[in-house]
Amino acid sequence: MRINCPFCGEREIGEFSYLGDAAPRRPAYAAEGPELAPEAEEAFFDFVYLRDNPAGEMREHWYHGGGCRAWLVVTRNTLTHEIRTTEPAPGAGASERAA
Amino acid sequence: MADIAHSPAALKRAEAEAAAKPRARGASQARRLAGGGLIDRQKPLSFTFDGKRMSGFAGDTLASALLASGVGLVARSFKYHRPRGVLTAGPEEPNALVELRTGARLEPNSKATTVELFDGLVAKSQNRWPSLRHDVGAVNGALSPLFVVGFYYKTFMWPPKAWEKLYEPAIRRAAGLGSASGVPDPDHYEKAWAHCDLLVVGSGPAGLSAALAAGRAGARVILCENDFMLGGRLLSDAFEIDGRSGAEWAQGAIDELAGMPNVRIMPRTTVFGGYDGGTYGAVERVGDHLPQPSEHQPRQRLWRIVAKRTVDASGAIERPLVFPGNDRPGVMMAGAVRTYLNRFAASPGRRVAVFTNNDDGWRTAQAVLAAGGEIAAVIDPRGVPEAFRMAAAGWRVIEGEVVGTKGTLDALTSVEVADARGGVVTVPCDVLAMSGGWNPAVGLSSFHRGRPVWKDEIAAFVPGKCPTGLTVAGAAKGDLSLGACLQEGFSAGAKAAVEAGLSGSPGEPAQAADEPVAVRALWEVKAPGKAGQKAGQKAFVDFQHDVTADDVRLAQREGFESVEHLKRYTTLGMATDQGKTSNVNGLAILAEAKGEKIPETGTTIYRPPQVPVAIAALAGPNRDEHFHATRLPPSHHWAAKRGAVFVDVGLWKRAQWYPLAHEKDWLESVNREVLAVRNGVGFCDVSTLGKIDVRGRDAGAFLDRVYINTFSSLAVGKARYGVMLREDGFVMDDGTTSRLAEDHYFVTTTTAKAGPVMQHLEFCRQALWPELDVQLASATDQWAQFSVAGLKTRDLLQNLVDPAEDLSNEGFPFMAAREVKLRGGMRARLFRISFSGELAFEIAVPARFGGSLAENLMQAGAAFGVTPYGTEALGTMRIEKGHAAGAELNGWTTAGDLGFGKMMSKKKDFIGRVMAGREELQRPDRPAVVGVKPLNPADRLRGGAHVLPRNAKLGPDTDQGFLTSVCFSPVLGRWIALALVARGRERHGEVVRIYDPLRNGDFEAELCNPVFYDPEGARQRG
Repeated sequence: MRINCPFCGEREIGEFSYLGDAAPRRPAYAAEGPELAPEAEEAFFDFVYLRDNPAGEMREHWYHGGGCRAWLVVTRNTLTHEIRTTEPAPGAGASERAA
Repeated sequence: MADIAHSPAALKRAEAEAAAKPRARGASQARRLAGGGLIDRQKPLSFTFDGKRMSGFAGDTLASALLASGVGLVARSFKYHRPRGVLTAGPEEPNALVELRTGARLEPNSKATTVELFDGLVAKSQNRWPSLRHDVGAVNGALSPLFVVGFYYKTFMWPPKAWEKLYEPAIRRAAGLGSASGVPDPDHYEKAWAHCDLLVVGSGPAGLSAALAAGRAGARVILCENDFMLGGRLLSDAFEIDGRSGAEWAQGAIDELAGMPNVRIMPRTTVFGGYDGGTYGAVERVGDHLPQPSEHQPRQRLWRIVAKRTVDASGAIERPLVFPGNDRPGVMMAGAVRTYLNRFAASPGRRVAVFTNNDDGWRTAQAVLAAGGEIAAVIDPRGVPEAFRMAAAGWRVIEGEVVGTKGTLDALTSVEVADARGGVVTVPCDVLAMSGGWNPAVGLSSFHRGRPVWKDEIAAFVPGKCPTGLTVAGAAKGDLSLGACLQEGFSAGAKAAVEAGLSGSPGEPAQAADEPVAVRALWEVKAPGKAGQKAGQKAFVDFQHDVTADDVRLAQREGFESVEHLKRYTTLGMATDQGKTSNVNGLAILAEAKGEKIPETGTTIYRPPQVPVAIAALAGPNRDEHFHATRLPPSHHWAAKRGAVFVDVGLWKRAQWYPLAHEKDWLESVNREVLAVRNGVGFCDVSTLGKIDVRGRDAGAFLDRVYINTFSSLAVGKARYGVMLREDGFVMDDGTTSRLAEDHYFVTTTTAKAGPVMQHLEFCRQALWPELDVQLASATDQWAQFSVAGLKTRDLLQNLVDPAEDLSNEGFPFMAAREVKLRGGMRARLFRISFSGELAFEIAVPARFGGSLAENLMQAGAAFGVTPYGTEALGTMRIEKGHAAGAELNGWTTAGDLGFGKMMSKKKDFIGRVMAGREELQRPDRPAVVGVKPLNPADRLRGGAHVLPRNAKLGPDTDQGFLTSVCFSPVLGRWIALALVARGRERHGEVVRIYDPLRNGDFEAELCNPVFYDPEGARQRG
């Protein structure tokens, strides 16, 4: 498999490592005091553990550790391994509220 | 390109020269034809087979040389030890497997049909005892009713223990292939990458046409050929292309390609697999045709070829016919007979009978006549095809089927033929050339789960949906005739060039007539009536694994109806030939037994590699000390000179201890090193810790979000210990971070987590908080960092650091961190941090000065007995101080478990905060780090021993934890440990049972404060 890094060009899969689904966004919550918002744990549980496992196209995080150290969002077909797009990841996991 | 060793033209020339000279040598080659062939008669080669000296010529394979020398019997079969001869002339060979070479280079299961002959070659038959001719194992054949398919599942059931001890070893001895050398491979292997616009697999008419069209258009082309000679079927057949002989046309094409700088020709290179993104795996046999690889050359080279487009022109493989007695030496593939006659000038026998269900078999009859042989008969259930009516005038033609064979160990004497009128006639012959039709080589085109589709017209599977970028051309696609191969290869090559963005002219395609290729399926000959019973011969489907047509039917009756089940139950197609000659026949017989059509039964899944690839080639240079990269700390060479013992820590080699000549074991050395630090001064290279430079306006805010404690409040010139969690609330890593400037922090990680922490921080910075102004750079390899520890540390440093620098407790207090000037003017970083619990500094200089820093430390501390110490002493001192390290930061401990609960800030968000608050992670009976000391100081603790309540019954329900880190404390004079024990923090002073059944440990110990040494921490602040 080969990934077209937007910074380095097309590179072999061995230069990259995989994190997984790029859909979850880290929840934002008020954290100034000892008490957390009651919904925080539920939201983080979803963020940390719940993932879709689609047969088909999926947006996922890849890290170009063997190259420019950029985190990327790669749109890959899980059935064929065909990669449709590769984009830089800035903000991809940021809370929607923060963004 | 220069290494096309035996081009057809060169060999033709050599042959002409040879013909002019008297032929003194090679006289023992009784079956060598007087003329013709693409062998170099000027270059006789000598070899031995089972100790017997024989000869051949350059350009021979081992199989062709054996046939030319009149050797019929070359092997014993896998299960029944049946005598076998050469069946094919290519990599699909199931029979002619030999042990090649001797000593460390011995290679079992080498296919004689692909082994290129070299002078001094030594080959031995395998799976026979005491000899090939007198093989005791042949009794298996007589006992064959016992050895039916699945016999070992049925026969060797009881008693269960006997399988491992008795049955399996016995079966393994009796049934098998060759044996390995048992010693390390002395040769060198390489890995390489190549990139191209077009990869062409196969150099037959289709492959050459594709390479020509794309090469002329300007595409970067790689042409891979499995054989040592290019040309494919053109080397074996007497066809005309563009008015020239096929071999001449091939030579012209090769010459043209060799003249193109954009074309790379790779003979002896097998493309064995196709992977995602147009990446192909190939193995180049660089030195396999030599007695041993040339100096500075690898034996084999593993290629990964990245191709924008690929043309699969890997041709077709001829199918055997399934009839009683079809495995006897002398029964060969009809195409192979043609190859041996035309390419190798080796005659498998004088009198040849042909048994065919298709037109191609008839061309073998023509080739036999042309080579001066005799046609015993042509047996075809279809009768004489219209296209051969003229040619066959005067031949004995029988409309019928072969129903049995007779012969000696070495050759056939006759075949039994049932004719269309119900009679059985005996046809005397030396060789039976059989052809059941041609199977396109669907491997490469089916590796991405593409299912081959059935094509009735040629009674074979052809490629279905191909991998992206791959086109199949010619016989590999099921278009078997020469004209079609040339045309399709050309079109595919020209199209690939256009798709790669090239606009040059592909020239004109070569022209040839389309020869007749009609076929009528014949999956199995069923001997009619008495003839079959009398013969009683097995009809083999898989020659290499000894699977018969009856086995296939038996498996089906027993319920193994799916083709995948059939394969695994009978082992059909699972031998080293991967069923290249047997799969289609097997599933056709299965389909018939099930009353299905062949496409309904389907094929098994195709997976790479499609030919066996040596593990050595896949490993390449990564073996022994080069198995992985080695990282050396900056003081490594200095430490090696001092005789340090090294330990592998990930990729690093770290000094474990520095033994002195009189010391009798490691513990003595380590105790000396610890006491030297505690009572004087020592130093240790800690450069392997991960170092990350963090800069930017928001650097402090960023660190606040990744650590449980706060760094934005850290004063410039100070260091602080920090713990970071994973988002699931468990501890990820720890380390000290220093603030070197308002917007500049220097983070350290553990040695093991340097990479993962960097990756994590980059994720946080890029994906989570891109709004923060912060930049990260790995600095692990840039700094040599040494811990200098002990009472006399300051005395030592004063000899090293510029006298203007204030190192007093006031001028450089505990946890201070700043740049200093060394004597001589060099700048260094100094951190007053302590892992040992002693007065300690860490000093850092650019990595290239690491070795000289070690020497300078020795000099500066000479008056104080300075002692370098290794990771064991480092570990002992940290256990004495109760510091958590890798064994406690094990991925399932929380900050609370490790005693850092109070460090967790409640005023900010940080990675892992919310999940660390989960009820389960807050349970009071969670394991906590605690100290352990045995009641009897003589008892030795060992890591992993379990902790149970005193007097508890043994069992998982009474287990309360285990020892994580153990050492002998020279200060306390006893073994001590850190342990993770339920409610450990509340139980200091409690006596528990330490149980270690694997190492006979069972004694009592006291739980205690994990800080064994200087619990007030006075020494490190002194």
